[in-house]
Amino acid sequence: MIKLVGLIPLLPLIGFVIIGLFGKKLSKSIVGLVGSGVIFGSFALALAIFFELKGGTQKEFTIDLFTWISAGKLSIPFSFLIDPLSSLFLLIITGIGFLIHLYSIGYMSHDEGFARFFAYLNLFIFFMLLLVLGSNYLIMFVGWEGVGLCSYLLIGFWFKNTAYNNAAKKAFIMNRIGDLGFLMGIILIFITFGSISYHEVFMQANSYSSGTPVLTVIALLLFVGAMGKSAQLPLYTWLPDAMAGPTPVSALIHAATMVTAGIYMIARSNILYSLSPVAMQTVAIVGACTALFAATIGLAQNDIKKVLAYSTVSQLGYMFLALGVGAYTGAVFHVMTHAFFKALLFLGAGSVIHAMGGEQDMRKMGGLKKYIPITHLTFLIGTLAIVGFPGFSGFFSKDEILAHAYENNKLLWVLGILTAAMTTFYMFRLYFLTFKGTFRGTHDQEHHLHESPKSMTIPLVILSMLAVVGGLIGIPEVLGGKHFLEEFLKPVFADSSSRIIFHLPESTEYMLMIVAVAVMATFLYSAYTVYVKNKTLPAAEGEELQPLHKLVYNKYWIDEIYETIITKPLNFISEALHKVVDNQIVDGIVNGIGYLVNWTSSTIRLAQTGNIGFYVFVMVISIVLILFTRLM
Amino acid sequence: MITLLLIFFPLIAALLLLSVKSEQAKNIAIAAAVAEFVIAIFALTQFQYNASIQFEVNYDWIKSVGISFHVGIDGISMLMVLLTSFLVPIIILTSINTHYKNANYFYALILAMQMALIGVFVSLDGFLFYVFWELALIPIYFICLLWGGENSAKITFKFFVYTLAGSLFMLGGLIYLYLHTAGLHSFNISALYAAGRSLDFVQQGYVFWAMFIAFAIKMPIFPFHTWQPDTYTVAPTQGTMMLSGIMLKMGTYGIIRWLLPIAPLGVEHWAYVAIALSVIGIVYASCIAIVQKDFKRLIAYSSIAHVGLISAGILAINVQGMQGAMVQMLSHGVNVVGLFFIVDIIQKRTNTREIATLGGIRNVNPQFAVLFLIVLLGSVALPLTNGFVGEFLLLNGVFQFNAWMTAFAGLSVILGAVYMLRSYQSIMLGETNLITSSFAPLSGNEKLVLVILSAAIIVFGIYPKPLLDIAAPAVNQLIEGVQIALVK
Amino acid sequence: MSIIQTIPIEWYLFLSTVLFAIGVFGVLFRRNAIIIFMSIELMLNAVNLLLVAFSSYLSDSKGQVFVFFIMAVAAAEVAVGLAILSMVYRNTNSPDINNLNKLKW
Repeated sequence: MIKLVGLIPLLPLIGFVIIGLFGKKLSKSIVGLVGSGVIFGSFALALAIFFELKGGTQKEFTIDLFTWISAGKLSIPFSFLIDPLSSLFLLIITGIGFLIHLYSIGYMSHDEGFARFFAYLNLFIFFMLLLVLGSNYLIMFVGWEGVGLCSYLLIGFWFKNTAYNNAAKKAFIMNRIGDLGFLMGIILIFITFGSISYHEVFMQANSYSSGTPVLTVIALLLFVGAMGKSAQLPLYTWLPDAMAGPTPVSALIHAATMVTAGIYMIARSNILYSLSPVAMQTVAIVGACTALFAATIGLAQNDIKKVLAYSTVSQLGYMFLALGVGAYTGAVFHVMTHAFFKALLFLGAGSVIHAMGGEQDMRKMGGLKKYIPITHLTFLIGTLAIVGFPGFSGFFSKDEILAHAYENNKLLWVLGILTAAMTTFYMFRLYFLTFKGTFRGTHDQEHHLHESPKSMTIPLVILSMLAVVGGLIGIPEVLGGKHFLEEFLKPVFADSSSRIIFHLPESTEYMLMIVAVAVMATFLYSAYTVYVKNKTLPAAEGEELQPLHKLVYNKYWIDEIYETIITKPLNFISEALHKVVDNQIVDGIVNGIGYLVNWTSSTIRLAQTGNIGFYVFVMVISIVLILFTRLM
Repeated sequence: MITLLLIFFPLIAALLLLSVKSEQAKNIAIAAAVAEFVIAIFALTQFQYNASIQFEVNYDWIKSVGISFHVGIDGISMLMVLLTSFLVPIIILTSINTHYKNANYFYALILAMQMALIGVFVSLDGFLFYVFWELALIPIYFICLLWGGENSAKITFKFFVYTLAGSLFMLGGLIYLYLHTAGLHSFNISALYAAGRSLDFVQQGYVFWAMFIAFAIKMPIFPFHTWQPDTYTVAPTQGTMMLSGIMLKMGTYGIIRWLLPIAPLGVEHWAYVAIALSVIGIVYASCIAIVQKDFKRLIAYSSIAHVGLISAGILAINVQGMQGAMVQMLSHGVNVVGLFFIVDIIQKRTNTREIATLGGIRNVNPQFAVLFLIVLLGSVALPLTNGFVGEFLLLNGVFQFNAWMTAFAGLSVILGAVYMLRSYQSIMLGETNLITSSFAPLSGNEKLVLVILSAAIIVFGIYPKPLLDIAAPAVNQLIEGVQIALVK
Repeated sequence: MSIIQTIPIEWYLFLSTVLFAIGVFGVLFRRNAIIIFMSIELMLNAVNLLLVAFSSYLSDSKGQVFVFFIMAVAAAEVAVGLAILSMVYRNTNSPDINNLNKLKW
């Protein structure tokens, strides 16, 4: 079965080609069938490979396809690596990918770009699979930039809208900033280790001593890439804007899969990070700060998708915090559970928007519980999962991260808990504003309210089940579980786990859990008090806000700040380079030389008086001078 | 013999074209160019994948001063010959819908230029190289002058004088080397190599600057670039394609063949300055491209950025940089021809190249939008397009020279995305307006050209190995030779 | 001992120098083309005189051969030069060379 791994990315590619070339001629149902069918095929293969890997003794397979680039001693094969980490990601990508394809059949059914949408989605899955399957950094980079391209295409899917196009462009360019760092990192890896294949690099890196500067530089450069793709401070601003894309895109790309590529990359390179404490600290601090920062913004947003977007940024920060404190398994665990509940929440939000006829402002919703019961129930499950309600999947993964953070650095733990508190508050604010109370929209909208079609609700139901039970594969030992995931991923993190030892007394772990649950419960109750009991509504547009509230509501004016300190100066400098330096100075010198020749000639020709006497005089004088100098 | 055929077949075709009627010229030109491509492919099938010079022809020309008609093809030349013979038919094909006055002269000039370009790429004699080098300038001068746009006389004059002045430096350098050849003076390439290496690093420095200025003007590299945007903008589309797609590679090829092996110490000593100029040019041109309003001019500036990276990669003297340069020369040729064709298509239909006045073409012509996007992605070096292979290897090569310069050069990765996506959005996306609402569908030849170019972009992005393999032995040998000379 | 040698060589030198100088100044300062022309002839003849003198004193006939050359050339020059002059006179109605100043910047 493992020999067939090439088929996993190939199937979506075939789907893309078929739909891309013939999409216009095919009916929507065939397009939907092909589009989701290929992903399901990949999912089935991924499942088979997963079980083969789990059952077998060999945990690592490399499948070479062909030599891609070779120059001197640099040789980059196009080859795939199957190990527990990549097979887990394969499952997440194809599994959730399939559900979202299914959902899209319903969600996009009225859109004229139906075929184009599925073509892009298939292409995205192809690149995402390349990203996780590659056996060296450059193949990862191929997928990395490829998903960036698909993200660009899908954010700007409704290309007539200038704002959406701007968002798409912004996403691509911000990602490219990170990609440059990633690319530099890859080149430095090649120069340091003479190879960029994971196997070779990690083997050699293992013999370096901890804190070697070059490893730190490599790790930090790779992290720059991760900051771009996974929307960390300071490169996060593209992700909230990326909500311009259709909602399934937000669910698939900007919540469940693509944005977790940075986590995958660092988890994959765990040994490089474990050997570099500075890089680890950086990752942890950036992660924790992003988590908290984004959560504060999430508190004051009114657009249902924007809240979820900031929540994604915040949760991604959580995952980086996990990586930074050495909880690699925890990070991957959270990637998985987050993929379940965040995809669920986005799809749920999509269902809400669908029911509302395109309205995304929560101030105009309310009381939707009775109109869209399935969506409501699944959304509630998603909310409980993300806030870490005991028993739900988010609880276990968050708990693991917080425990590791606590052992590493108490301050990081405090940041984590604060984030968790805010997460609880804004998620329940979202939930209460949307589903509880009375309907605040127009009469037309109320009339239009309806539950979504089956193809949309079935994925919701499946995802909500996963969001409940997903945590079961990683129950910590203190709760009497057998951390299955840790067992499964052990070969991948073996070298790191021998360097980073995690040990916390059982009583402390219990205490941490209790604190987390207590904080969650407190903030759940306060959200309930504010939005259900007191029926507070967010301020309407144009209303004067408290300074702090205003700051958060306007997202700390980060976009405006970037505009002022980067975009405008860049344009100004470019304009100056063009108008002054290029046209006046550089070209001026060239033209100046031309003018100089002209001027010299026109000056010298004045000697050509036309007066024969003068010529003869000069001639005689010259002869005399020549004779004089020669005969002296 | 096949080398002679490659050189003189286009010339014969060009002479033939002079005698036919204007209306028939197009078809004959295409046939001749395709035939030339077939000859090149045939040469490739006969080509042995090793470092030796093949299909060598060596006649005495002016024996008394050691000048010979010495031509031959190794892996590096082979790629350049392939590029030239691949692009010329494409370029002629792009002109099918354009009706030039005196078309027979126009195509004759293009074919004559092809002859000179092939000559440059296969010459193994310094004097012959110089002759072909200057010969290439004459047809393109007339193409730009006679079929160019507004103000063409002034701009082409500047272009002509500028590049001619640069070539004079090269001639000086060649004669200087010639006078240092051992025994009976000779312009033969191996004699010049030996002469160059016998000099000390100060003298090699003189040779380096003399030759480098000529090549830098041709490519062009900052700050010798100011003729380029004007000339590219004013030239007829096919002229621009010849200039940017092929002629520009004369400069990069010149560095590889006539500069590195001749003056290795000079290159090493001045590499910091030369690479710094190239790298400054990359960012400088990218920045300026951002604020361009004319799309053709924007591409002209982006071309400066790309070629700066190629030159930096070559001057870093390592296999990765050099191989990257080889691939990137081909990729850039393909991509830039595609981009200029896109400009041409837009201009024909809307009578404008002003980015801001266009918009929404995607609504009326999605096919064109897709093909444009593919070419654009090749140009911004997205992985799995041809641009990426070259760019990765080049950055890798420069990194081995200096990491900070690479980081600076890498800014073009970001800035390239900025100006390309900005213009794509402004031209293709959004709502249609009065100018673009009646954007006509692509004609057969337009589709054919864009599909061929897009296919080349994707195929060589996924599987660049054939290209890399052709050049690899020659490049390895060249780099080894230079490194041995440096160690001494 | 030819008759030429009855006069000391210095006298020849003085005479031809004076004649040459008169020719030079005539060319420089006169504006009439005919006179300039004659001044040129004067210079040529000054040289001729010197050549003959030296030829005699040194008993080398080469000098006299030169004189014949110069006379032949001068004759040809006179033919061409007078033709030009007559054309100039026909066109400008004056032999003044300052009228011929059209060929300037």
